[in-house]
Amino acid sequence: MNEKKPTVVWFSAITCNGNTHSLLSSNSSKFELFLKNFDFIYHGSLTIDKSLEDIIKNQEQIDFLLVEGAISSNQKFFTTSNDSTKNILEKLVQKSKYLIAVGSCASFGGIHAKFTQNDDVCGLKDAIEEENKKKLKHPIINLSGCPVHPEWIFQTLFSLKNFKEISLDDEGRPKELYGTLAHHGCTRNEYFEWKIEGNFGQKEGCLFYNQGCRAPMTHSSCNKILWNDINSKTRAGMPCIGCTEVDFPRNNMLETKKNMGIPLEVPLGISKRAYLSISGVAKTFKIDRLHKKLME
Amino acid sequence: MSNLKENKKNNIIENALKLFAQKGFYNTTIPDIAKAMKMSVGNMYNYFASKEELAKFAIKYSTNILADELREVNNMEISSKEKIYIFVRKYLENVQKSPEVIEYFLRVYLSNREVFKQGCEGFLCVGEFVTEVMILLDDGAQKKEFREQEFFPAFGMIMGSLGGFAFLSGENVLDKDLLSYSDAVADNIYRALKYDE
Ligand code: SF4
Repeated sequence: MNEKKPTVVWFSAITCNGNTHSLLSSNSSKFELFLKNFDFIYHGSLTIDKSLEDIIKNQEQIDFLLVEGAISSNQKFFTTSNDSTKNILEKLVQKSKYLIAVGSCASFGGIHAKFTQNDDVCGLKDAIEEENKKKLKHPIINLSGCPVHPEWIFQTLFSLKNFKEISLDDEGRPKELYGTLAHHGCTRNEYFEWKIEGNFGQKEGCLFYNQGCRAPMTHSSCNKILWNDINSKTRAGMPCIGCTEVDFPRNNMLETKKNMGIPLEVPLGISKRAYLSISGVAKTFKIDRLHKKLME
Repeated sequence: MSNLKENKKNNIIENALKLFAQKGFYNTTIPDIAKAMKMSVGNMYNYFASKEELAKFAIKYSTNILADELREVNNMEISSKEKIYIFVRKYLENVQKSPEVIEYFLRVYLSNREVFKQGCEGFLCVGEFVTEVMILLDDGAQKKEFREQEFFPAFGMIMGSLGGFAFLSGENVLDKDLLSYSDAVADNIYRALKYDE
């Protein structure tokens, strides 16, 4: 393979580095495959001979610019390499072909955007000047998630490398990865169907009605592309907290907001009236098997 | 099903409702219903396989009348308080217009549970109506016009109040015209639900 490998730069803006941890926890053979196919020229947390300044000064093009974390122009609030994240980002974007927001903070501002002391914290889309956006080869890609699944990063990079473009939903997320709901593939679907509620951390029951599970309203493939290749939040008994959606993080994430015992939000695509009427019917069936412990 | 057959079925249900409400479930026979319909007994079975089946259709039919009315009220752009007032009035009008429907509910559905055990478990046959009550309560609580409470106590309070009143009317013990109590009954229900600061 003599072809020049595309370059990848990872810029950490205002972040807890959770997405970096996610990347470094990826399946090792996938990570190797990634390194074989891409030239990973910069990541602030890895031992690499270049500095961020070198990257910015260097004439070389960046093929894929991955950004982790939210962006702010306020230098009193946050600086890195003696500059605001917004300035650095603008400089990097000028040299890049593809811009990928890695994680929910880079995509939509995330938790940092909740700080009331500084109201200019935002995600990439809002941070970049329109004319600079136009210089990119492709609309900005949002890989939301807190953190994002490492496989989603690799899949996106490989798709772009091979096919040059990827189709996105209204929030700029790849449809391939965010087209279905996190509910899709949950091993508890049968409990959901018959409205049998479970408890945090247990193997049995659905976590929608009492535990705040957001999976029926959350676009992600957590239950299809499993974490560590084996598990997901809901499989382990932790409700989905909707971390791939624009409104993340919300308040009281482990609670289902209810009025008079009726959930405020119902699964996407169904009217509340229809949902209430089918749940009422489903509840009337008592399926013994589903009320028992899976293991005594 | 053709409209004609559907109409006929509803006709049978209406007649059966009256007889069930008057004579009770066990004392009413299919020949009685056939006689009221001026139909042959054999033909009756073309519409309903058994008296039990007819009883189950009847409960769906009668609560769906209420469900349709409440759905209409739910879709109005008015306050939850007004909705309660209109709904109570419509309910009492029903009691006056077709007392057999409510009588059937009270005297057959609630008293002959064994008939409805299979095929009408839980909310299966009255689901549409219960759903509308849920929508009414949920909407009111969301708009902070009703206070937050669990569903069943609120549901029981509304239905207990309305059912109880229908019973009083059926027993002919009310001293005034049924509809003249409408606002007072609605007021009681509203006060029990209303949001308190
Ligand atoms: S736990 Fe969540 S994802 Fe699983 S079935 Fe219930 S609602 Fe769906």
